[in-house]
Amino acid sequence: MSTPPLSSPPAAGAFTFLANGTSLPWADLPEFNAPDLVRATGAEIDRGARLCAWFGVPEGDATRLVAVLAFDADSTLAVARSTPVRGSYPALTVTHPQAHMFEREVWEQHHLNPEGHPWLKPVRASNTAGDAPAVGEFFRVNGPEIHEVAVGPVHAGVIEPGHFRFQCAGEEVLHLEIALGYQHRAVEDILPGGPHRATMHQMETVAGDTTIAHATAYANVLEALAGTEAPLRAQWVRAVALELERLANHTGDIGALAGDVAFLPTASACGKIRGDFLNLSALVCGNRFGRALVRPGGTRLDLEAERATRLLERLKVALGEVEAAAGWFWDAASVRARFENVGVVFGPQATEIGLVGVAARACGLVRDVRFDHPTGWYRFAQAPVAVWPGGDVYARARVRWLELQRSGQFLQEQLAAAPAGPVNEPLGPAAPDTFAVALVEGWRGEVCHVALTDARGAFRRYKIVDPSFHNWTGLALALRGQAISDFPICNKSFNLSYCGFDL
Amino acid sequence: MFVFDTLTHRLKRGCETMGYPQAPAPALPDRHGGALRVDAAKCSDGCQQCVEVCPTGAITRPAGQPLALDLGKCIFCQACVEVCPPKAITQTNDHRMAVRNRGDLLLGAPGQEEVRLAAALDKKLLKLFGRSLRLRVVSAGGCGGCEADVNVLGTIGWDLSRFGINYVASPRHADGVLVTGCVSRNMSLALKKTYDAVPEPKLVIAVGACAINGGPFIGSPEVLNGASAVVPVDLYIPGCPPHPLTILDGLLRLLDRLEEGKR
Ligand code: SF4
Ligand code: SF4
Repeated sequence: MSTPPLSSPPAAGAFTFLANGTSLPWADLPEFNAPDLVRATGAEIDRGARLCAWFGVPEGDATRLVAVLAFDADSTLAVARSTPVRGSYPALTVTHPQAHMFEREVWEQHHLNPEGHPWLKPVRASNTAGDAPAVGEFFRVNGPEIHEVAVGPVHAGVIEPGHFRFQCAGEEVLHLEIALGYQHRAVEDILPGGPHRATMHQMETVAGDTTIAHATAYANVLEALAGTEAPLRAQWVRAVALELERLANHTGDIGALAGDVAFLPTASACGKIRGDFLNLSALVCGNRFGRALVRPGGTRLDLEAERATRLLERLKVALGEVEAAAGWFWDAASVRARFENVGVVFGPQATEIGLVGVAARACGLVRDVRFDHPTGWYRFAQAPVAVWPGGDVYARARVRWLELQRSGQFLQEQLAAAPAGPVNEPLGPAAPDTFAVALVEGWRGEVCHVALTDARGAFRRYKIVDPSFHNWTGLALALRGQAISDFPICNKSFNLSYCGFDL
Repeated sequence: MFVFDTLTHRLKRGCETMGYPQAPAPALPDRHGGALRVDAAKCSDGCQQCVEVCPTGAITRPAGQPLALDLGKCIFCQACVEVCPPKAITQTNDHRMAVRNRGDLLLGAPGQEEVRLAAALDKKLLKLFGRSLRLRVVSAGGCGGCEADVNVLGTIGWDLSRFGINYVASPRHADGVLVTGCVSRNMSLALKKTYDAVPEPKLVIAVGACAINGGPFIGSPEVLNGASAVVPVDLYIPGCPPHPLTILDGLLRLLDRLEEGKR
């Protein structure tokens, strides 16, 4: 087969549009040859789209590239695919840096070389001995005054493993390179042919602190493939659980930030209150992280009126406590002085690298799936989007605080407004040769799940994008020109997932 | 003003550390369920329903043999409990699950309906670690759940340090390694190096289904199905993740810090 001739750049709208949480036949995805897909995707990004996912689907010994874009202002997603490619294709990263990590991943997973990619190296693959990630060459700054600081994979605290390489001139960080992959469990590799019996549980533990968001995205994908809609009450329970997850994690983060600037009253109080929020999730489903609650077709458990009342009472207490604990924090000039203008990611940078979630909103970008692409209960009720300008540690802390208040308010309203009915609906079989996309706004940001089924309706390809996949680059940029001693607060202000990235 | 406000709030909050183990243990959430119990004698002939729903292969029932449930592989999804017609598998609401030997997590044989809880360390080790145990925590392919609940023990509510147990930054300062996660291939070298750097004698504590036997990711080509693939394990604490109370119970049991009658 000869390569098809290059056509002229496609007109805007050459992509196919669909709404969040829906599916379409695989054959209906418009097809470009790879260079054209790269150009078309670039053109859509220039028109204001964001790259949600860019990945490969194996076809024989070749690979098709798939682009999933989000037009936030229009609440639509745009998808397209390439004809099967072998060997190489022109890199999108050259013109659109938000593709940077995606193209490295495609190179690693499918051995397709994005030609011209400025920094092609492994994302998470093992080295030849199979006992550490094959991270490749680190970027080096040369000069007599330069020194290199290497940290990890085993860090000082009780946290997940990753390796950080700082190029410093004295205290100043010129460049930080983040090498991950230590938590790689081959999540995507074990999904084809599924769903298997363990799949639901693996989705709940892609990133254990984001159980509800990943489980909901997975359930939404299966429901879109089956043409089943989860009952309204189940969607309500999921929203309640998702906001509880947000409250717990944001509280923990504010506490951790306080701890890093030695502001101990808030640090210790938030550590405890975070547990109170986790216990509210346990009240709903028995597990502090929300395991075994969300199921395709609905939820496994109901949140009965009596339980919801108890939840509401305990929620009000915890919200009151966090209000007080954060109050001391925001009142302290010493804390603000430490956070302001530290770890800045500038708005244009944030757009260019495609930040999502808290980190994006702290750069003044209005990006929130609950608002831009609402599904489930968020079609009927919404918490206002929390945005703060500045892009610094202070802004990221502040966005968390705003979200805590708004999610708290949202929960109080929604807990009093439960829809009646069952909480699950038998799930039909997945449609064959079908493509489905679901986005969910987890507490860190956008969780994106994409599935493609084969002729039997089993998974042919399943792609997961945790918000951390977009955002780790943000942390690297935030460190430029900072003192290395600012790393802990910069890192905590992003609080990204290692396992969600490593998959 | 600010200082006084902070002080007032602090005083209002009072002492937040729980009374346990002197006072009764905090209640588990009603839907938690706790450890499993297996009465294999209740099984009906040829029934395989629990085997078929278990996501991790924790339950086996070869033809003609009694049901066996491996609590080390269990992720506590409750599917088997819900599906079992004669209620041979039930939940105990008991938070205590830690064991010293891997085999003590195998349930089902007569007299082995429940886990055989961990015995304390021997005298010599108790003398060394009983009043001061420093642990280097290694997250090796975990989802962050176990890590979070290990961390929680350090907060004021649980205040692990009142038992002389601390998490330390350097393996050189540690008496043992606490492992979470299914041990990804990519973490095996780091785990081994950390273990090697801890001076003898040393302990290894595996927290969570992943660290015991791979958890939800058991069998994935990139994971080694638990800590014992790389280091020898002295204490197994089941759960996905284990409730903080379960972890604390395991540690106190090991150090013989639970009073008689509270076991
Ligand atoms: S509760 Fe444990 S043993 Fe039962 S089905 Fe779930 S994982 Fe298997
Ligand atoms: S045992 Fe469960 S909670 Fe713990 S790391 Fe594994 S998947 Fe996460």
